[in-house]
Amino acid sequence: MPGEPHLARQIALIAGRSVSRTFRQPELIIPVILFPLILLAVNAAGLSSVTQLPGFPTDRYINFAIVVCFIQGALFASITAGTELASDIQKGFLDRLALTPARRWAVLVGATFGGTSVAIVGTVIYLAIGLIFGVTISTGIPGAVLLVALSIYVALAFAGIGSWLAVRTGSPAAVQGMFPLIFVLFFLSTMNLPAEFIEKDWFRTIAQINPISFLIDGMRSLIITGWDLGELLPCIGVATAMIVLFYGLAARAMRQRVQRT
Amino acid sequence: MGAEGIRVEGLEREFKGGIRAVDGIDLEVAPGEIYGFLGPNGAGKSTTVLMLVTLLPPTGGRATVAGFDVVKQGPQVRRMIGAALQEAALDDFLTGWEHMDLQGGLHGLSRKESRARGGELLERVGLVDAADRKVGGYSGGMKRRLDLALALIHRPRVLFLDEPTTGLDPQSRSALWGEVERLAREEGVTVFLTTQYLEEADVLAGRVGIIDRGRIVAEGTPSALKAEIGRVSLEAIPSRSEDRERLRAALAPFGKPAAHSPRGEAVRLSGGAEQLADVVRALDAARIEVAELQLHQPSLDDVFLEKTGRSLEGSDDSDAEAPEPAAA
Amino acid sequence: MSGSTAQVARAVLRRTTIHTYKNPAIIVPALAFPLVFLVAFAGGLSAVSSVPGFDFAAGYTAFQFVFVFLQMSAFGGIFSGYRLAEDFESGFARRLMVAAPQRLGLIIGYTLAGLVRFALIGVILWVLALATGMQVLGGVLDVLGIVALGALVSAACALWSIGLALRYRTVDIGSFMQTPIFVLLFIAPVYVPLVLLSGWIHSAASINPFTLLLDAARGFITGEPVKVIAAFAAALGILALMWVWATSQLRRAERAVG
Repeated sequence: MPGEPHLARQIALIAGRSVSRTFRQPELIIPVILFPLILLAVNAAGLSSVTQLPGFPTDRYINFAIVVCFIQGALFASITAGTELASDIQKGFLDRLALTPARRWAVLVGATFGGTSVAIVGTVIYLAIGLIFGVTISTGIPGAVLLVALSIYVALAFAGIGSWLAVRTGSPAAVQGMFPLIFVLFFLSTMNLPAEFIEKDWFRTIAQINPISFLIDGMRSLIITGWDLGELLPCIGVATAMIVLFYGLAARAMRQRVQRT
Repeated sequence: MGAEGIRVEGLEREFKGGIRAVDGIDLEVAPGEIYGFLGPNGAGKSTTVLMLVTLLPPTGGRATVAGFDVVKQGPQVRRMIGAALQEAALDDFLTGWEHMDLQGGLHGLSRKESRARGGELLERVGLVDAADRKVGGYSGGMKRRLDLALALIHRPRVLFLDEPTTGLDPQSRSALWGEVERLAREEGVTVFLTTQYLEEADVLAGRVGIIDRGRIVAEGTPSALKAEIGRVSLEAIPSRSEDRERLRAALAPFGKPAAHSPRGEAVRLSGGAEQLADVVRALDAARIEVAELQLHQPSLDDVFLEKTGRSLEGSDDSDAEAPEPAAA
Repeated sequence: MSGSTAQVARAVLRRTTIHTYKNPAIIVPALAFPLVFLVAFAGGLSAVSSVPGFDFAAGYTAFQFVFVFLQMSAFGGIFSGYRLAEDFESGFARRLMVAAPQRLGLIIGYTLAGLVRFALIGVILWVLALATGMQVLGGVLDVLGIVALGALVSAACALWSIGLALRYRTVDIGSFMQTPIFVLLFIAPVYVPLVLLSGWIHSAASINPFTLLLDAARGFITGEPVKVIAAFAAALGILALMWVWATSQLRRAERAVG
């Protein structure tokens, strides 16, 4: 009589399915990769003159702007992850999985792999294109490796938000409808200028407490300033806190969604 | 009751707002038996199935499947059962084989076992050639057959099929029926099948439970249930549709109205088939020209009408694409 | 315009206006996006105006407001095509196509619906910007000039999206309606004046007609109009081009519907 497979195998099976399924839908992937690059092209070119402001941390705006791509890629990936999971719920595929011995945790974690793998591909492409167009990473190759790792970690954290919304609402449209809110949070961050260059007090205050600013600043420090634990640790801390919080919420929502005995 | 059957006592499920989708049902299914759970949309069939397959906790009563309690022994129950729930939830972007590998793997089969068993099942449901194609390109019948094969990968002893043929064409339906019948007969698998098609229950099920508004209103073998109704019914279709009113009046003295007739009128003959000659004379006297006149043995629809006061087909509000069952 | 064209246009306009009136929530995203851009650009990037060579008398908020206003105008127009595509999916537009003797009314009606939406959101945007202290150095005529440019942009984008809706008749085409406009809007002096741009974006923005509109509208808000005739000529030219596009797609659709 077959029994419950090892947890790692459960996750691998569900993750494998999530990845195959995602990469068979190019319309899910291409915008995720292209859109941040278009914004990078437009913003890096349009705002390049701000590097002339006295005290601006770098003289190449693309060094400053490239990180926004990573975070945007992560955000889009989480929309993908959330939408996919929500449509599994809507179509009853979650019930199919719930009837096997698979753990709820394995289902939840495995389902985020599709979106996260898109973010991984995106990160590598953004970095390659950035390097071609003159991005210089002050921490060198080890810093670039850490940058990619952090980018994936952040993508996992955002995917937690997507999963939570998906399990909570069970509706792909609802998941997509919530994301403009996160987009607003994006704009109210240090994505375009460092906090000390934001003149309006209220805006600066929001940008300084905005968790997205911590993510951006930490990753940015690897490119511009060099090894700076004062920037890196808050970045890792915020991402870890997001992972704990949103996967916790998602797991709780999952227990209500799948009332398996 | 053997260890591989189903036993349900006073099972209830109340949803928010006090709606009792399942309102205290009792039933028993013997090992190797095919039990047909018959009722219109919204009668509580799917809710019952969800409770029996452990995906929805009951709010009252108890149930054991294959000897395990559905509330206290969920994992053991799931190991013993296979289920094909409504609408065959498959992934359009995966192939048949990929579904098989996923389902087999999650049930703890090694890749080798999963491949062997999967190949055997795909062969049996006639999907060997299609198994490397993405499911998005499958027909409705192919999807249901794959769903059935997936439900069997871990050799379950009890199989739940929730409306397995809704929306299928007649050939696909009878192919699926054949396979289900074979499973019960040759492998001794217990089958719990819900349907809104009388014919399906009639052809397939050893015993039938009729559920309406969360309660079982009748239970027994199809022939026993029909015998309980006993009398034959007569259906007359007028040549001119405007005669229907007068036809109804002319037939009324011969018995109570029977299950609906789409183009004519039907009555259950209180005096049996011998009344046929009297009916013909009465219609003649009333100068109603009749295009068709038929005697019907009692059907499960008659049973449903008798027990609930409504016709099963008349109360069916499912989508119009569902094939009209060739009832009675 | 023949009587029946006007009737069809009125019917379409009434329908979409009532729809907005009954579901006021649907304009929330349309309003929220320009506001977010305004806050993020005008509030967050005001330091940009300290870049050497940045010279704009009315201040950075006014500089950005003009961009956000024109962007809102464009997307207000695209809403028309989106509604038409939705109406094709629900069958309403097809019924109109079959029933209406003068199908130009279809184009006019949906364009007007976009303009109504533009006017509604435009008023709210102006009021909010002025209430939070935006400087306008120009007079009433200058403001009208900005609004007129916005209306032309809105109508042109409406015709662009209506043409696409007539051609594809599905809301799936929505992102294709938006993306080219979005790119066109951003390959322009969005954050800084053209003189401060360099490299590829300077070349691209120099030939982008939207740059002309943006410069003229920014001229109005400082009370020192520039490139007015060129901007209006460009706007009217694009409008005419889009009219030709939309009507050609209408004829194509007529052949399909019969």
